[in-house]
Amino acid sequence: MKRIGRGWAVRAARDVLTGVAALALLLALPFAPRPILRAARTLGRVRQPDPGDLRVIAWLAAHGVLGPGTLLVIGSMLSMIGVIWRVYTPYPSKNLTVAFTLSILAITLLSVLTAYTSVRVQDYLALVLLGETPEARRIRELTASRAAAVDAQAAELRRIERDLHDGAQARLIAMRMNLGLARKSTDPAQTRELVEEAWHSAAQALDDLRGLVRGIHPPVLADRGLTGAIQAAAMLCPVPVELDIDLPGRPEAPVESALYFAAAEALSNVAAHSQATRAWVRLRYPGDRIRLTVGDDGRGGADSSAGTGLLGIERRLSAFDGTLTVTSPLGGPTELTMELPCALSSRKISHSSETA
Amino acid sequence: MRVVIAEDLALLRDGLIRLLSTHGFEVVEAVDNGPMLLAALLKHRPDVAVVDVRLPPTQTDEGLRIALEARRRVPGLPVLILSQYVEQLYAHELLSDRSGGVGYLLKDRVGDVEQFVDSVRTVAAGGTAMDAEVIAQLLTRRGRDEPLAALTPREREVLGLMAEGLSNHAIAARLVVTEKAIGKHTSSIFAKLGLPPSDDQNRRVLAVLAYLES
Repeated sequence: MKRIGRGWAVRAARDVLTGVAALALLLALPFAPRPILRAARTLGRVRQPDPGDLRVIAWLAAHGVLGPGTLLVIGSMLSMIGVIWRVYTPYPSKNLTVAFTLSILAITLLSVLTAYTSVRVQDYLALVLLGETPEARRIRELTASRAAAVDAQAAELRRIERDLHDGAQARLIAMRMNLGLARKSTDPAQTRELVEEAWHSAAQALDDLRGLVRGIHPPVLADRGLTGAIQAAAMLCPVPVELDIDLPGRPEAPVESALYFAAAEALSNVAAHSQATRAWVRLRYPGDRIRLTVGDDGRGGADSSAGTGLLGIERRLSAFDGTLTVTSPLGGPTELTMELPCALSSRKISHSSETA
Repeated sequence: MRVVIAEDLALLRDGLIRLLSTHGFEVVEAVDNGPMLLAALLKHRPDVAVVDVRLPPTQTDEGLRIALEARRRVPGLPVLILSQYVEQLYAHELLSDRSGGVGYLLKDRVGDVEQFVDSVRTVAAGGTAMDAEVIAQLLTRRGRDEPLAALTPREREVLGLMAEGLSNHAIAARLVVTEKAIGKHTSSIFAKLGLPPSDDQNRRVLAVLAYLES
């Protein structure tokens, strides 16, 4: 009776233990796929992992040791449970049962912890060793901003071509036509009328060309640099603009142009949307970058995702690693801060490695 | 009337010489760069200079800078600046010494011969001739002309034409009213801008300045 009773207890306890072990494995299971999935994803993004990449090799090594190592440790812990179970005790006591039960629980807990820790460590290793390096991120950013710059330039050229075609070119054709007719005309009144028309066409052609050139590179920017050009733009703004410009030299022409157009766009936004009574432009060069701030006391609520104006500024600046920060709470004031890393009065742009 | 011309494009320089000569001006010198312009202005002290804003060697606003420099040395030296573009900034700088005798016109205006010659004469006489484009740009800045708030719309219109260099007679013709009515408007403008009675040409310059500075 006694032996039968013990045999039943043993079987029952073994079943319970198997259940606990299975539970432990089940609990550990959700952690396992994460590093594997992440590694797969990262490798997928890298697309062509360089076989010589030390980081990948290091990850493979760490993974090769850590994966089986963890399984080994957990396996041996589970067999410890089996060993404890098989210990022969001629005089089973309550204390001994409690001690064994506790140690089995402790080992189970330890297994779970080991599994968990191992999963976290692998997770971290995959992130560090297979994740995007700062250089890779920089390359991705530069690729994107270069593509945007090329697109913008192509769009600009198309616009210029279209403007010339529909504007000055068409006017010159009309002019030539009128003058051609005038040459052959025998009626003085008609000749006069044709010449008059040609005269007006010439004026309009000049007007068109002037507008076009202003959009390409405003002459005042070439003449007076950023300081003078912003001054000139402020003079045309319907809202009074306070200027506070301190620029010890001239940046490179493309940078100058990008900043000028950004400032002009910001000022025309102020005029069109802000309902402001005053605006301000601040320009500083705190060492390695130009900081341009355009603000107004208007109604606020400017949002770079809403209008194309702010997006355009952002695109212009991003080609030079520049950034746009918009603070515009409802009720105002609005402030646009544009930062662009650059050198002054020298033909070199210092590309900061900071995140753009 | 003795005139100095500065224009770097030969085609336009010859055109200007021909245009001004046929209208009774004596072209004492025509130059094609900034340094020579300054020398010519100081040597001849012409009745008026017609200057392209963009001149060698810098090909930027050399003409304007030389003109301002010459006016610093010879106060009130009449200068008419020609440009492919007008900039408020440059108009301001030209007027900033408050002595008048300045003009700032788009090159296109040469095509309207009579009016261009009138502008040259206005400048030579110590008046101002601002391009209609300068005035048009000012009109887009509604709401910031506090000093001019007291003026009626009609008075502003008259002031704009005054800035273009038109005489009361010409303004009257443009607005299709009598010269006497324009006279009333101008004295009202001078009074509202707080310009004390003095020589009319000078008050016109100051009124135009107030207009541009608004």
